[in-house]
Amino acid sequence: MADNIMVIDARGSFCPGPLMELIRAIKSAEIGQVIAVLSNDSGSKKDIPLWAGKAGQEFIGVEAHGEYDEITVRKVR
Amino acid sequence: MKRLVIVGAGTGGLMVANFVARDLSREIAHGEISVTLLGDKDEYIYQPGFLYVAFDLMRPAQLIRPIRELLAPGIEFVHDRAVRIDPEGKVVERAGGEALRYDYLVLATGSGLNLQEVPGLSEGAHWFYTLEGALQLRDELRRFAGGRVVLTVGVPHKCPVAPLEFTMMFDEWARVRGIREQTELVYTYPLGRAHSIPSVAEWAQPELEHRGVRVETFFNMESVEPDQKVVHSLEGTDIAYDLLVAIPPHRGDELGALSGLAEAGNWYPTDRNRLNLNGRDDVFVLGDATNLPISKAGSVAHFEAEVLADNLVGLLAEGSPPAYLYSGRAFCFIETGLERATFISFDYLNPPKVPQPTNAVHWFKQTYNRIHWANLKAVM
Ligand SMILES: Cc1cc2nc3c(=O)[nH]c(=O)nc-3n(C[C@H](O)[C@H](O)[C@H](O)COP(=O)(O)OP(=O)(O)OC[C@H]3O[C@@H](n4cnc5c(N)ncnc54)[C@H](O)[C@@H]3O)c2cc1C
Repeated sequence: MADNIMVIDARGSFCPGPLMELIRAIKSAEIGQVIAVLSNDSGSKKDIPLWAGKAGQEFIGVEAHGEYDEITVRKVR
Repeated sequence: MKRLVIVGAGTGGLMVANFVARDLSREIAHGEISVTLLGDKDEYIYQPGFLYVAFDLMRPAQLIRPIRELLAPGIEFVHDRAVRIDPEGKVVERAGGEALRYDYLVLATGSGLNLQEVPGLSEGAHWFYTLEGALQLRDELRRFAGGRVVLTVGVPHKCPVAPLEFTMMFDEWARVRGIREQTELVYTYPLGRAHSIPSVAEWAQPELEHRGVRVETFFNMESVEPDQKVVHSLEGTDIAYDLLVAIPPHRGDELGALSGLAEAGNWYPTDRNRLNLNGRDDVFVLGDATNLPISKAGSVAHFEAEVLADNLVGLLAEGSPPAYLYSGRAFCFIETGLERATFISFDYLNPPKVPQPTNAVHWFKQTYNRIHWANLKAVM
């Protein structure tokens, strides 16, 4: 399972930014794919679940790693 | 002889070739080093000009120059397409001739539109992201007498400030023509705010509101119905339009996928500081073609080209390992209408601030549009 997770390192990404990186990845991923976004933008842990909810994707959770957060989403549609 | 091959004669490829060829002109003249630039077009087109072409503010001829006029002495330009890279054999196969052997390879193949990703987009929308598209939009704007104009934004896309620029320029353009009252302007954005950069979004929201622009956030284009003139979002919102101007989603050139080197979307997995293709120390990537989480912009290609060229000069001339690191530096002008502009400057560690727009910055951008060639030739 763990090696099926697609990791996007969006640390230091002001533009396009972590959520935009996630949207890009989700569009080309298979349904069922789990995607973990690494972000040091404190807004991401709010933005990403909010978007996932709007777009009908499954928000799995946030894990804090000190300097950055790991935010995980599953593509379900 | 050490051979450098660069694929893609756009902003990044030309700059790397010119920087290296100027630094190593003696070694090239003595036949110790060769620099080969492979490009599928023999003309360079200045893409930022498309925005101005759409509004009849620049002519296409001002944006185009033959590649051969832009090359420093000593560069061999090959007008052909790369069709496969063999990183083990260190060769680039091309469509119309003998494969090119390299010691070091630079991939600068840019990004292009992925219109198929959004059903109905190519029939229903206009865009200013290609010269043909900009000319068609220009013709449409010449006829435009009012109605609802909707701007939509695909992901990913190059030049992330262009959606804001188009909207603010359109607003003033419509006022000047006396048709703003008959025009409703709708700006949509894929995220929950008006721009991906928080400080830019914070600045842009009131700027748009005060121009009477309706802002619709969390709008990721899913499909377009050209007959009904409606655009649908992934999030379930439908917007009817009279004129749809889209920033289409982008993808990288198929070369990466054909060579088994690229990830989804044909982007090359690239080291964010050293700019080498992950896992290879003899292949480098710059510009739009990388998978890096930074803006796909000419300025990024430029700053990356400087770093890469310094490292390549060391590698080619002395075999010294790459010492220069790319910091994520980016710079973008933002036109805020027809007379004023601002700019943002940032890197991996420092987010941008948006200064007050001024007429001077607008003229600086206008000047840059006309002297970009000197920058490409690496003489600036
Ligand atoms: C409307 C618009 C406005 C913009 N405004 C700005 C702006 O204001 N500021 C800014 O910084 N940037 C701006 N940009 C973005 C900027 O133009 C690009 O980011 C920049 O050109 C990227 O450089 P590049 O070298 O990666 O790719 P490109 O310059 O696109 O060059 C890639 C080249 O590689 C060639 N190629 C591709 N595949 C192959 C192959 N297999 N074999 C041979 N050749 C190949 C292509 O034909 C092309 O010539 C704008 C872009 C657009 C469309």
